[in-house]
Amino acid sequence: MTTTKGFTAEVLRLDPQHETDRICARIRELMRNQVKRGGVVVALSGGIDSSVTAALSVRALGRERVIGLEMPERHSARETLALSGKVAGALGIPTIVEDISGILQSVGFYEKYDNAVRMVVPEYGDGWASKIVISGVANQPRFTSFYLVTQNAQQVQSTVRLPLQPYLEIVAATNFKQRIRKMLEYYHADRLNYAVAGTPNRLEYDQGFFVKLGDGAADIKPIAHLYKSQVYQLAEFLGIPAEIRSRKPTTDTYSLAQGQDEFYFSLPYQMMDLCLYARNHDIPAESTAAALGLEPQQVRMVFRDIDTKRKTTRYLHLPPLLVEEVEWE
Amino acid sequence: MNLKDEIRNFVVENFLFGDAGGLTDDSSFIREGIVDSTGILQLVAYLQERYQVAVADEELIPENLDSVQRVADFVEGKRSGAPCAGSEG
Repeated sequence: MTTTKGFTAEVLRLDPQHETDRICARIRELMRNQVKRGGVVVALSGGIDSSVTAALSVRALGRERVIGLEMPERHSARETLALSGKVAGALGIPTIVEDISGILQSVGFYEKYDNAVRMVVPEYGDGWASKIVISGVANQPRFTSFYLVTQNAQQVQSTVRLPLQPYLEIVAATNFKQRIRKMLEYYHADRLNYAVAGTPNRLEYDQGFFVKLGDGAADIKPIAHLYKSQVYQLAEFLGIPAEIRSRKPTTDTYSLAQGQDEFYFSLPYQMMDLCLYARNHDIPAESTAAALGLEPQQVRMVFRDIDTKRKTTRYLHLPPLLVEEVEWE
Repeated sequence: MNLKDEIRNFVVENFLFGDAGGLTDDSSFIREGIVDSTGILQLVAYLQERYQVAVADEELIPENLDSVQRVADFVEGKRSGAPCAGSEG
């Protein structure tokens, strides 16, 4: 039973040396006993999660058994490649750069995406940029709704609520990015007889913030049990460059810069971490609210959102479902 | 068919694959896992198309949309011009 008196962010403090040793031992055990491949491919986004996953893989397996894959595209933030290159340099691992813009063009992504946006903003075209944001569930008891933010060539932004069909079309097209990246990760893994290391943290894994058969696919997920604040603690311990540790979490998916808390999570990650921890340990909304400087009612809404996301994204975690169990062992 | 039956049919056909199971007029769509946020979009699209009801941002709340009865009352209220939960009128 966790005591609720004096509940603070300290509950997420970990011993980085101990946790690193524990994860590395587990990576080696999984690779040796189950995965049985010679190394790992890690897709480097320039973000904290992929950087820490790569660093842990290097500690567990040795730098000669880890390869970084950098996969920018036309909409990627300008600094993405520089940052992922910096991590690879700091870790001393080789990298391969695969610009996926050509593949995205071939599958018609850019055209499909723009056409979907034009369903609600007919003038959308060259020189424009856009992203999807959600309504803040922590502020009002509303169903989550999705908004399209567009910015024209004169940098003027406007926001419109997305009806069902354009929303589905935009998300379906955008999912090409994660799936194409994963296809290339497996290409390189197969050619090197390596495995693929996935990079979700606990918030993303628990709340279903990933694309099925896209970034959700991997052979091992070394940090899926860690709250995002704990990933930052490991990052510091593992010597991840400061620019990456101080960067705001981004999806780097849309042509307009998009924070993760704009698109999926109802609060910034430090607060979401604590709410998720509280939910997992039966900490009352009142104690959680006091720790976060929120109203208990807001925390109750976040708790409800956590439960709803768990329920509605359950299928993302499921393997293909069979009519009856097929014995294979 | 009255308004409530039409809405109930829409929910059963679109979210329950035709099997109404234990769906009552007051079953909570969200709590019982019948409709998620994408489903709410689908429901709103149906209300707009079938009943020409415009749903404002502030009306996207459980009080208006979280059961067959609530949706029927919401549409009825919109049609009669009565103020709905979340609306400013």
